[in-house]
Amino acid sequence: MRGVNLEEKTETEKMVRVYIMGREFEVPATLNIVKAFEYAGYRFIRGIGCRGGYCGACATVYRFKDDYRLNFALACQKAVEDGMYLTILPFVPAEKAKYDLNKLKPRGTVLLELYPEIARCVACNTCTKACPQELEVMDYVQAAIRGDIEEVANLSFDCIQCGLCAMRCPAEIVPYNVGQLARRLYGKYIAPQAKLTYERVEEIHACVFDEELDNYIELAKEDIEQLKKIYVEREIKVG
Amino acid sequence: MKMPYFPGCSLKTIGEGFEKSAIASAAILDIELEELPRWVCCGTVSSLTTDDLMHHLAPVRNLIRVEDINETQLVTLCSVCYSTLKRSNALVKNDPEKLKTLNQFMYRENDYQGNVKVLHFLELLREMGFYKLKEKVKRPLKGLTLSPYYGCLLVRPKEFGIDDPENPTILQDLVKALGADVIDNPYQLKCCGSYHTVDKPNLVADLGYKILTYARNLGADALVLSCPLCAFNLDNRQREIKRQYPDFIEIPIFYFTQLMALAFGLDEDLGLELNYIDPMPLLKEKLLIDPTSLIKEPKIE
Amino acid sequence: MSKTIRLDSKDAANFAAKIQERSGESIDMCFQCGECSSACPVSSDMDLMPSTLVRFTQLGLKDELINAKTIWICASCFNCVARCPKGIDIAKVAEALRQELLRKKLDYVEVRDLSMEERQEIPQIAIISNLRKFSR
Repeated sequence: MRGVNLEEKTETEKMVRVYIMGREFEVPATLNIVKAFEYAGYRFIRGIGCRGGYCGACATVYRFKDDYRLNFALACQKAVEDGMYLTILPFVPAEKAKYDLNKLKPRGTVLLELYPEIARCVACNTCTKACPQELEVMDYVQAAIRGDIEEVANLSFDCIQCGLCAMRCPAEIVPYNVGQLARRLYGKYIAPQAKLTYERVEEIHACVFDEELDNYIELAKEDIEQLKKIYVEREIKVG
Repeated sequence: MKMPYFPGCSLKTIGEGFEKSAIASAAILDIELEELPRWVCCGTVSSLTTDDLMHHLAPVRNLIRVEDINETQLVTLCSVCYSTLKRSNALVKNDPEKLKTLNQFMYRENDYQGNVKVLHFLELLREMGFYKLKEKVKRPLKGLTLSPYYGCLLVRPKEFGIDDPENPTILQDLVKALGADVIDNPYQLKCCGSYHTVDKPNLVADLGYKILTYARNLGADALVLSCPLCAFNLDNRQREIKRQYPDFIEIPIFYFTQLMALAFGLDEDLGLELNYIDPMPLLKEKLLIDPTSLIKEPKIE
Repeated sequence: MSKTIRLDSKDAANFAAKIQERSGESIDMCFQCGECSSACPVSSDMDLMPSTLVRFTQLGLKDELINAKTIWICASCFNCVARCPKGIDIAKVAEALRQELLRKKLDYVEVRDLSMEERQEIPQIAIISNLRKFSR
């Protein structure tokens, strides 16, 4: 009981009323949506993942009592509030186009070629409103139509492929697939390459460091103190 | 003079030459065409039913962007974009209920106040006076005979056109100011087939055959137009025309701004690389291009 | 070939009213002068002429209209609109009829049917406008 603030204890006990798939439950106010489901007795076998706001598996929609507006969030990141109407979306059906990245040219039109349905975009912005990562989805779909791969890659950088944009799009586009292709093209063909990394990898393939490594491995078995000394006294090149 | 400018998707791909030559020739006339920030595809064709609002979102969103940068005019090069933006603008200006609904839907944007005017670049030039173009001509296009091609959306429907729908003269006036000759092509207002090029290319080839053969038979060296879709149908689709009509003789196509750039001596900014039928032989024959100037190979797939 | 048309059919009247409403045009004003048909650049590929299209719409002949090739041949060039002495926008009538089918989730053009070559060659402006007119 050491260090427990009585006020804090009351806070934890504060309950809110939520409606899980239509049924009313009272759950502690500090829980996130995932934990609220589990508190109510549900067990997740789909629609759940890292629980850390990164994998996109638990993307969900919810409403509030007496409010027609639709809201979007990652269930593991959103705290429950009184009057929430909750559900879980187990899976977003969508197919990725089949392509061999090595065979693609980073021409601007390649996004439209592999996902021609992006031409149906009406710039309604519903995708942006649905994004739990607050990305400018409509802007990157528009950039894809224009053929600006770099812009698509930059704007879609934090996309976690949760699928909410695809579920809501009236033109039946799957924006996250387009963003993923753009980022792959950008990383492979457009972004400046780390020259030194490639050079080092070539050196490794050419066994330039093999002998030295073998020596250190031997030294680690025979005289670890010597190895530590070599490490501490190593030359550090700056600049 | 700075003017917010709406390119439209295709000016960033097949219409690159259109945009390049437009920006360069506009600069000579002291017009700085500044690309509208965060513009969206206007949707190409205008929605024609009374009960559809969704397809007016994109055009109106672009008009909001103009108001966001505190401007009241928007210039376009593409005839299709011009028509669509203008029509949606008129719709919301005349129907406050619809404007309210659209503004409410786009609640994350500022409300559109209805203060923007959509202009086609040709309108801007006409307003300025074609004599101003004449003053800047460094290389009169003497000996070049052109067939002005208007297509549909530049002049129809009448309320949204920039010239008379039966007897327009704006392209003729522009071309003559640059020193070239014009012919009177009865098919100058005939539709090129527009969007049928996707699923009915043979229909487009039929229309193109008539438009282009008339032009050639009446003495034109080339066509001049203002729309990337017309350009695709009348230029790139000449391959299909030749397939269907073996007696067809190719004829080059110019965007009007490419002729402006040529006449103003802006040889680096003609943007002729993507013109499907290579206009260089014609220009060389008419001694309208310096033969030693850098010529990039046209991209033919 | 002759055909009997029942003009007292409620369905026909409703359909005519629906298309009139959706197009926003006073279709009843058409007196069949034929200017639109001669103005139309693609009429030779159509089964129903533009003036016939308007006539059938006046009569509410839903089956003939939705099964006609005409509405899919229309290029929305507005030449008919420019010539009509009554100022009727026939292009809007064609659009209203297309929407009758497209809003029932019909796709006249399926974008994925385009070959890779076509997708590489055809500019966005063509694909987007084609899909706007011909897909749901």
